[in-house]
Amino acid sequence: MLRFTKDHEWIRVEGANAQIGITAYAVQKLGPIIAFDFPDIGKAYSRGAEIGAVDSVKAASAIYAPASGTVSATNDALAASPGLANDDPMGAGWLCELTLSDSAELAGLMDEAAYSIWTESL
Amino acid sequence: MRYLPLTPENRREMLKKAGVSSVEEFYDDIPVAARLADPVDLPFARSEWAVERAIAALAAENLPANAARAFFLGGGAYRHHVPASVDHIIQRSEFLTSYTPYQPEIAQGTLQSLFEFQSQIAILTGMEVANSSMYDGASASAEAALMAARVTKRRKIILSGGLHPHYAETIATVAGAASLVIERLPAAINAEAATLGALDDDTACIVVQSPNFFGALTDISAIADAAHAQGALLVFVFTELISLGLLKPPGEMGADIVVGEGQSLGNGLNFGGPYVGLFAAREKFLRQMPGRLAGETVDLEGRRGFVLTLSAREQHIRRERATSNICTNSGLCALALTAHLTLLGGAGLHALARLNHEAAILLADALVQIPGITLETPNFFNELTVRLPRPAAPVVDRLAREGILAGLPASRLMPDAGLDDLLILAATELNQPDDYPRLAAALSAALVD
Amino acid sequence: MADNASASSSSGTPSGLRAGLGQTVSGSDGLLQHENLIFEIGTPTKTGVDLPMPAGMPQRLGGLGRSQPPQLPGLSEPEAMRHYVRLSQRNYAIDLGMFPLGSCTMKHNPRLNEKLARLPGFADLHPLAPASATQGALRLMGMLSDWLLALTGMAAVSLVPKAGAHGELCGMLAIKAALAARGESHRKKVLTPGSAHGTNPATAAQIGFSVVEIGTGADGRVDLADLGSKLGPDIAGIMLTNPNTAGLFERDVIEIAARIHNSGGYFYCDGANFNAIMGKARPGDLGVDAMHINLHKTFSTPHGGGGPGAGPVVFSPDLAPFAPVPYLDRDEFGYYRLVEEAEGEAMPLGRLAAFHGQMGMFVRALSYMMSHGADGLRQAAEDAVLNANYVLARLKTEMSPAFPGHCMHEALFSDAFLKDTGIETLDIAKALIDEGFHPMTVYFPLNVHGAMLIEPTETESKADLDRFCDALLAIAARAKAGDPALKAAPFRAPARRLDETRAAREPRLRWRPQGS
Repeated sequence: MLRFTKDHEWIRVEGANAQIGITAYAVQKLGPIIAFDFPDIGKAYSRGAEIGAVDSVKAASAIYAPASGTVSATNDALAASPGLANDDPMGAGWLCELTLSDSAELAGLMDEAAYSIWTESL
Repeated sequence: MRYLPLTPENRREMLKKAGVSSVEEFYDDIPVAARLADPVDLPFARSEWAVERAIAALAAENLPANAARAFFLGGGAYRHHVPASVDHIIQRSEFLTSYTPYQPEIAQGTLQSLFEFQSQIAILTGMEVANSSMYDGASASAEAALMAARVTKRRKIILSGGLHPHYAETIATVAGAASLVIERLPAAINAEAATLGALDDDTACIVVQSPNFFGALTDISAIADAAHAQGALLVFVFTELISLGLLKPPGEMGADIVVGEGQSLGNGLNFGGPYVGLFAAREKFLRQMPGRLAGETVDLEGRRGFVLTLSAREQHIRRERATSNICTNSGLCALALTAHLTLLGGAGLHALARLNHEAAILLADALVQIPGITLETPNFFNELTVRLPRPAAPVVDRLAREGILAGLPASRLMPDAGLDDLLILAATELNQPDDYPRLAAALSAALVD
Repeated sequence: MADNASASSSSGTPSGLRAGLGQTVSGSDGLLQHENLIFEIGTPTKTGVDLPMPAGMPQRLGGLGRSQPPQLPGLSEPEAMRHYVRLSQRNYAIDLGMFPLGSCTMKHNPRLNEKLARLPGFADLHPLAPASATQGALRLMGMLSDWLLALTGMAAVSLVPKAGAHGELCGMLAIKAALAARGESHRKKVLTPGSAHGTNPATAAQIGFSVVEIGTGADGRVDLADLGSKLGPDIAGIMLTNPNTAGLFERDVIEIAARIHNSGGYFYCDGANFNAIMGKARPGDLGVDAMHINLHKTFSTPHGGGGPGAGPVVFSPDLAPFAPVPYLDRDEFGYYRLVEEAEGEAMPLGRLAAFHGQMGMFVRALSYMMSHGADGLRQAAEDAVLNANYVLARLKTEMSPAFPGHCMHEALFSDAFLKDTGIETLDIAKALIDEGFHPMTVYFPLNVHGAMLIEPTETESKADLDRFCDALLAIAARAKAGDPALKAAPFRAPARRLDETRAAREPRLRWRPQGS
């Protein structure tokens, strides 16, 4: 299941596990990305908390947790090559993995079609 | 008015084009009650020579260093020779009247000189990277404390008792306001190692200075090792840049962040400003560094060029999440510094530093001949501390009336530290052989009265 | 785009104006000389400073001497002069032409000011010299203070801050100290409009305030309803630029100040745009509690390629006791001294720098003020506003003014007129370079899409304004016609567009010896 936030994060959920990242729309707005800040593995974040950050050549932005959970992994490949997020934001450019604490939160997020309509309105 | 190009005819024409009858119409958003109908109560315009005469009269009331009968003041600002060519370079219109190099295609002169400046500072301090300068040494020190807290995610800042008191107070004000915990140790001549007593697992950094405020030198290697073993950083502060021409670079002794004052090269005393803060660090902390950074790249035609880079750290992009609120550097002062250093070269800087050290040796030898005076800093660069047999401040005041600026009473900056008998003096390449016996004679006379 | 371009041009193929000309052997471009780094042209043993030979005394360094002289390149004086003069010729400057950077006030820098700042009585004066040896310098600081207080109508001034952002820090620390003295340190919220300079939120956040953005109305000014909805017992104050960053006067400023004060907060005014109103209105009459003044903008001290600046802060009676040390004191006999420790009723916020401010800038600023006088400063403000409105009037039909009506000292446009052309604000800026002008401020303020902020200042002649407007109108016409060449401008600058992505992704921030 794939869901989106109005802050331009995506979350892909399989059972209690989820992978998150920033959307293609966000990446297009940020331009060439030069670095990410990653969360600490093992740390719990509640929905909406700042879980990371992204710097591009011309912009900087916080990344917020789309849902509450505990960080189980971070993307070392992205740390080494932040440009992966420009090339493949929804795939190789993932930020971290979470073990979700409350799957019911996902109901409040947009699906792909809703997110697409919403970004067109921006 | 000589600085205003518009003629009355121009103004009429332009008002017409803008569709108004009077310039007052542009101001109609200002609440009527707050609009000034007349000029404020201040003198009216004056000719160039009238202004020059008035301000030159103020300058003439002061006792500049080179007019003193002998001059031994330091304490964070040092009298050195500035080559005439340096002042010419910084008065080039293209440097003097340009802005922050946000449009790199037409600012390569500023950008390349900043890149060279950063390189020189990194080499001189033995560090991996340096920024393009900050306001002054004290504010750079405060930024170093904030950066150490960001890097370590800890809150305690330990300040050595040998740190320049104004630097310590600046760090306490700025870092204290950021909710960091400041532990400032009592002022003492050999105070650097005592910082280890305060080290704990919430320590973000230890801030030490060498040569310190009293002129004493410290090998900081052991302090750095102990700090690192606790996960803390070592911030190294200097106030006399020329000392780095002769002393072991702090980067070789384990410093993580090196900050200091760069006034000594290329910049006059200027009654305290503008000066040029220096900031260097290990490359792994790069994204936590404050201030502007010039970096090398290429242009569309593949030619080498320079830009301001890693800007996402800075306030104009990151706003409330920025590493620092700073948006200027000390550009022209940094240019003066880099030009002076280019004129000197490594061997020249080393020789200049030796001349400074030898001047201080002559000073120390002259002072210890005076009965009742003891040298408190057996090792020093160009600044040292002596103990007088009575409070130093009245003695210094008396000598000032005789045209001799005999140094800095420690009590001037630290009134309640019990250091009333200590006198801090600096000597530089500009001291003449006569200065030492003249000072010694005047001091001797003041002490017997 | 920059990535692709640099990759395809790695062969060094010239383009644009230089196309077909081939490259010179020297790398120079006629009078524009190619110049290598000092590390490539100097050597550590060469020097441009003749020094006496050290006597060779035994050192007293406690074994802390360095093992070898620093490996820094040196140059003889003629080589050094050429190096820096050649570099200087790669810079644009006010003395070369119009520099209409909005919010930066790039006005002419009078040379009298340079001369006076270099008088030995100021330039060779030690900051810790006894007060008896510095009375003239202290009196000059006193006179500068008097002028600033008269122009702003405020109660007190701190000359310490070394730049605008440093002044903001000073002013907001005073607010923090005043709240603490009232026992109201729980007030943490600082309001700022989205159009604020980045330094405003950065400063507030740095000292522990939380930043709350307030909205902008359709007229480009603070949305009073939104402001009202965000006031409450947790408000520390507001940071507001006036005239604001859209070049508009906040016509409700007195009402805003009253609402902030009624909520128990303070009004910090960002004085970056004071040039528009000096001698026309006083912040002290508008309810301001603290405001910094950029001497390097309003009072013409040179920008110097990014500093040094100076940012004195003026205070209302409520905040005056919290000004930092040192501050100036004059006794009944007119004798000045610097107060370095808290005295009497003062509750200083602390210390912000090693010494007492940017003396070199104080001399320049006072020289500027005395030269203009009260009448000339007022005229300068009016001419700055007239120049901006003239530019606005000449451009408004072909470009897109961000807000209706006339402006103060700067004219703000959005990129609406570029819609569907494929040309962006950045391209317009770069094309201006080819016309011999420094670009305007671009992409600021953030609340206007593709913003272009033009501040001509009062020191531009009508002829230069006309040349600028002619050039910009021609560029706008080319943009609307979709001229693809604009995407690659500038062609005639010392450098072409630079690859900022490469600079950021592979940072090279210093020279390193080859092979290391």
